[in-house]
Amino acid sequence: MLVAAVCVAFSIGAYPVTPGDLAGLLAAKLGLGSAAVAPAVETVIWDIRGPRVLTAMLVGAGLAASGAAYQGLFRNPLVSPDILGVSSGAALGAVLGIFASLPVLAIQGMAFAGGLLAVGVVLAVASAIRGRDPVLVLVLGGVVIGALLGSGVALLKYLADPYNQLPAITFWLLGSLSAVNRGDLAALVPPVAVALIPLVLLRWRLDVMTLGDEEATALGVPVRVVRIVVIAAATLMTAAAVSVSGIVGWVGLLVPHLARLMVGPAFVRLLPTAVLLGAAYLLAVDTLARSLGPVELPLGVLTAVIGTPVFLWLLAFGKRGWS
Amino acid sequence: MSARLLVEDLAFGYGERVVGAGVGFAVAAGEVLCLLGPNGGGKTTLFKTLLGLLPPCGGRVRVDGEDTAGWSPRRRALAFGYVPQAGAGQFPFTVREMVLMGRTAHRGAFSAPAASDHAAAEAALERLGIGHLAERDWLRISGGERQMALIARALAQAPRVLVLDEPTASLDFGNQVRVLEQVRRLADGEGGDGLTVVFSTHHPEQAFAIADRVALLHDGRLTRFGTPEAVITAAMMREVYGTEVEVVAVGADGMRVCLPVGLRRPAQVR
Repeated sequence: MLVAAVCVAFSIGAYPVTPGDLAGLLAAKLGLGSAAVAPAVETVIWDIRGPRVLTAMLVGAGLAASGAAYQGLFRNPLVSPDILGVSSGAALGAVLGIFASLPVLAIQGMAFAGGLLAVGVVLAVASAIRGRDPVLVLVLGGVVIGALLGSGVALLKYLADPYNQLPAITFWLLGSLSAVNRGDLAALVPPVAVALIPLVLLRWRLDVMTLGDEEATALGVPVRVVRIVVIAAATLMTAAAVSVSGIVGWVGLLVPHLARLMVGPAFVRLLPTAVLLGAAYLLAVDTLARSLGPVELPLGVLTAVIGTPVFLWLLAFGKRGWS
Repeated sequence: MSARLLVEDLAFGYGERVVGAGVGFAVAAGEVLCLLGPNGGGKTTLFKTLLGLLPPCGGRVRVDGEDTAGWSPRRRALAFGYVPQAGAGQFPFTVREMVLMGRTAHRGAFSAPAASDHAAAEAALERLGIGHLAERDWLRISGGERQMALIARALAQAPRVLVLDEPTASLDFGNQVRVLEQVRRLADGEGGDGLTVVFSTHHPEQAFAIADRVALLHDGRLTRFGTPEAVITAAMMREVYGTEVEVVAVGADGMRVCLPVGLRRPAQVR
């Protein structure tokens, strides 16, 4: 399914590219035979559509993987990677950058830092409050801090120059991959790859974490350490994804759900399924976004428009109910 | 014989708030200890402290003579198996996957379960007679089946001490009996591998039925400790629960039960 989505994504666009062209170019770049494709096609694949396709896949995979980890960690299938305020923090960072008319790279950097900072504050608050259910404190802390950051974004929108900055802010908040280049891709790969490692390594421990702190501790898991590591990994991944794509909702909530319906809740199967499914889903949505209308549709809008009916359908007809 | 589980002058509670103090008792391998006491008497808090889920406010817990203070969760899990009142599982794991989680402490943080872990999980399922449930969805089995599976999980953990928090709460009559039978069987063991079992309950009959020792926890104090026959008396029940009971022996082997005196339908009042 992912392979099909990749072929379709490469071929759709203002300039036609066939899967044959793609295979030919890949072979040539790997040193197998000579490039049998036109230079224009090469540019389209290598510089424009390639980075965009790969970025869409990485963002989708990253959001889905952190969603899967969070849903297990917080023992709630309704949790998304935004729960601890990473998206709100990234949004405030990016909006601040746009407001200060910083260059694109700085805006992305501020979004990334904002996301990490927001979750850092939530973690610090949660560890300062003792004697209560730590998961509850984390979630409530995330909601409160997220709301505070959201009001910061609203204030900046209100103050922003309505002809120049406000559209840019709105555009960023709706999410898009239209401006993605090879540099973005290069910036996105390391954090996603680094963050995936602990999630893969801790896959068996994550199953035990879904039983709650007491049972997990009684089964021999150092829950506090595992929780911090998983939150750090998921936050790193989400912040990196969001700083490139803007706010893209639904993927981190919906895709882990679908994956769980397909292969069950055991993380050893859930994680790879969510990663592949997330990559395919966001790639398909992004391909739709740039091909449906004469103007590109915002990614965040499309994921919600597609995600809502799917979610409702799951709610009504899902064989296993919530889980 | 030295005690498998030795509790010395234990004080327990939540941080500043001390729930109980001065608790001390010893249980040998192969023995069943029944913890009785009214609601709010500190039974659950004591269990959490035994398991290391709460740090003790004072005193110590020893397993085979070793002080458990400062043990890692993993080391504790190798000594104590815990059967919670209601498993908190919210995701549709299969029963086999759930039981396999009992092997967590037996392997490294990053490694997958080995063949020996799968074998231990299967053996635990078979020993509790629930092999046929292995592929069933955790969220779709009955309370009694879930309780059996949680015991199987604790058994797969291969602990030395098994701690069960009200294992028969919210079970129907047949399941209560089956769970108690299994608990006794685990303490008796198969060829000298008997576990030390500590369980809490609200039913004194269960203590008469399967316990070697009874501990009475009242207002955070261990007010009585001994054989069920010595501890559970009409005077004790009146003092602790404020109800009049008659302790009577029934059946061929004279097993004792508690009958509430004031609890009769009007037609039966003599």
